[in-house]
Amino acid sequence: MSIREATVPARPEMIPQPSFVARLLNSRHFLGFVFMLPMAALLLIFLTYPLGLGVWLGLTNQTIGRAGKFIGLLNYEMLGDDSVFWLSVFNTVLYTTVASVFKFGLGLWLALILNQRVPFQAIIRAIILLPWIVPTVLSAIAFWWIYDSQFSIISWSLVKLGLIDTYIDFLGEPNLARASVIIANIWRGIPFVAISLLAGLQTISPSLYEAAVLDGASPWQQFRYVTMPQLTPIIAVVMTFSVIFTFTDFQLIYVLTRGGPLNSTHLMATLAFQRAIPGGNLGEGAAIASAMIPILAAAIMISFFGLQKRKWQSE
Amino acid sequence: MSHDFSRRDVFKIGAAGVVAGAAGGMLGAKPAAGAEMTFKPEQGAQLKVLRWTKFVDGDQLLFEANSKKFTEATGVNVTLEYQSWEDIRPKAAVAANVGSGPDIIFGWFDDAHQYPDKLLDVTDVAEALGKKYEGWAPVAQAYGTRENRWIALPFGAAGSCCVYRKSLMEQAGFTEFPKDTDGFLKLCQGLKKTGKPAGFALGHAVGDGNDWVHWLVWTFGGRMVDEKGAVVINSPETVKALEYSKELYATFIPGTLSWLDPHNNKAFLSDLISLTANGISVWVAAKKDKNPMADDIYHAPYPFGPVGRATELHLFTSGMLFKYSKFPNAAKAYMEFMLSDPQYTDWQKESLGYFTHTLNFYDKNPIWTSDPKITPYRDTVKRMQTNGHAGTLGYSSAAAMADYILLDMVAEAASGAATPKDAAAKAEKRARRYYG
Repeated sequence: MSIREATVPARPEMIPQPSFVARLLNSRHFLGFVFMLPMAALLLIFLTYPLGLGVWLGLTNQTIGRAGKFIGLLNYEMLGDDSVFWLSVFNTVLYTTVASVFKFGLGLWLALILNQRVPFQAIIRAIILLPWIVPTVLSAIAFWWIYDSQFSIISWSLVKLGLIDTYIDFLGEPNLARASVIIANIWRGIPFVAISLLAGLQTISPSLYEAAVLDGASPWQQFRYVTMPQLTPIIAVVMTFSVIFTFTDFQLIYVLTRGGPLNSTHLMATLAFQRAIPGGNLGEGAAIASAMIPILAAAIMISFFGLQKRKWQSE
Repeated sequence: MSHDFSRRDVFKIGAAGVVAGAAGGMLGAKPAAGAEMTFKPEQGAQLKVLRWTKFVDGDQLLFEANSKKFTEATGVNVTLEYQSWEDIRPKAAVAANVGSGPDIIFGWFDDAHQYPDKLLDVTDVAEALGKKYEGWAPVAQAYGTRENRWIALPFGAAGSCCVYRKSLMEQAGFTEFPKDTDGFLKLCQGLKKTGKPAGFALGHAVGDGNDWVHWLVWTFGGRMVDEKGAVVINSPETVKALEYSKELYATFIPGTLSWLDPHNNKAFLSDLISLTANGISVWVAAKKDKNPMADDIYHAPYPFGPVGRATELHLFTSGMLFKYSKFPNAAKAYMEFMLSDPQYTDWQKESLGYFTHTLNFYDKNPIWTSDPKITPYRDTVKRMQTNGHAGTLGYSSAAAMADYILLDMVAEAASGAATPKDAAAKAEKRARRYYG
């Protein structure tokens, strides 16, 4: 810069102004932009690119062994006519809705209990987290035994107690299989909800409860008018994550049923895998996975905006 | 490859090979390892080989020992990598696609037919082996060749048979295992009365489920596609098979609709069922655990239906050599070595009958007659058809099987979730998605 200024006579209007680069480096907006670049690059490489690639693959007829051609929405048209795909959409929505509602209800309940003074608090809280910490495949294998058509501990106990005569076909009857995998998912997901909500509960100032008690609020009123509003932002975040985890569940189904019996537990994620990897049809698998995006986005919007925009929050 | 190669040629070559084979070693003196190799490995060659994770200890042990022998004979270092058998398909396809990876991959079923242009022409190896070892089994040729050239070297099949308890079969009123589907149904009905019924997997069991439902549909004359690749699954023959499956299902132990691959083994060894379709593993496990049940376990080929011949399906593996390999000759030499006697003989022996050979010479492997209970597994490759029957192998046959179309169809009809006609119509619609 200095060499250039020395050799080239500066124009008069340039003299009082700092150079372009110097001005840029002094600009907060520009610097902010520059400092965000590395993060943006990371996001672009690790989030946007795979997502974009997935969506793009869904528009091609790519198979695993061979490059594909752009075929527009043909994959989606073909899926529209595929009964197994629609069954998987139904299963996924049912699975996510039922499991999320129960996980929220039971998780909140557990959090409220844990928020009371209980002996051995730390240990109990650690134990509560276990189902969530154990790798899904392991807990899935445990459920695989629990639900086994011949060796189920539940069936065995009930038969020994004389309550039933034949073993329950947990994973063999379509609706029962749906209920069974949902219960396994709930069991696994509760700790995450409970512990996160517990953290939220502990940030609520005790003075709010004291004030409520002084005003003569009943325990229900305390919960309804103090706890819930204070907890809403946490609930929004926790349930958003919970919905995402549930909606995209794969391992549990893959270990327990592989989507059977008669595809009654096939989720969109498991079907996408089945078509893309063992079936070799990457394009169609990607299309199924991409079809999850709008549904997932809608679910997230509901839980996020529906729960987060509260008047007290914007004050 | 201009060489015109027909099935008849293989048999001719095979017949000529009898002499060579008999002199080959197993029955006479064993030749020094590597002494008769046709292919000379490149200088400084190294090989990376990807294969399935062992089903049985001896399989991996001998595979490694044979590879070591190969290294000693040729100086070519061999690195063996293992993957769960179901994970090999995507890995192999990716290797083919990106043009780098293991020099040899042992793939399953129709893998090689999905990217034949990425694979080394191994006609020379296949012909040399065929000549020496009495020819290839017809189904091995179907899996190994495409447009008159060999694209893979069929290595073996993890065959399945009907596994049954003799004492219970006798209780059901049979002195020997039925050879036709009518007798088979009666046997199952009889077994149900003994309190230890039959049980065949109808969940998404990749191996055990697919094996037996393909046999069932085929043995009644049902086919996914005809020779030209047109979908013909919705046929009177299929409906007959499905009606039969319904009667058969009524005799099964409850819960088979949820069964995956391990379920029948567990149920059988826990003395809950008396008949299932499986590899030799049930019996081997019972023997290993000194379970007295082992003496009562027998094996039989699947019975014949109206088509009157064997129509079985078994897990079939082939060695694929990739064009990207820097050491094609070493890879060829390795495959030749592994498929040659005594290496293959020893490997089969230590695999305890888990793997059936693709080269006819190994019919004489003493393992098959060491115990009459092992003998039925000797011919599983001869009794099988390709999974794409009666069409060609390739992308469609692989996708149709991976989508469990046939398995779902039988499960639906058998369990009464749909009528046989509806189940067949649904399968037809699903199959059309793959067979254009």
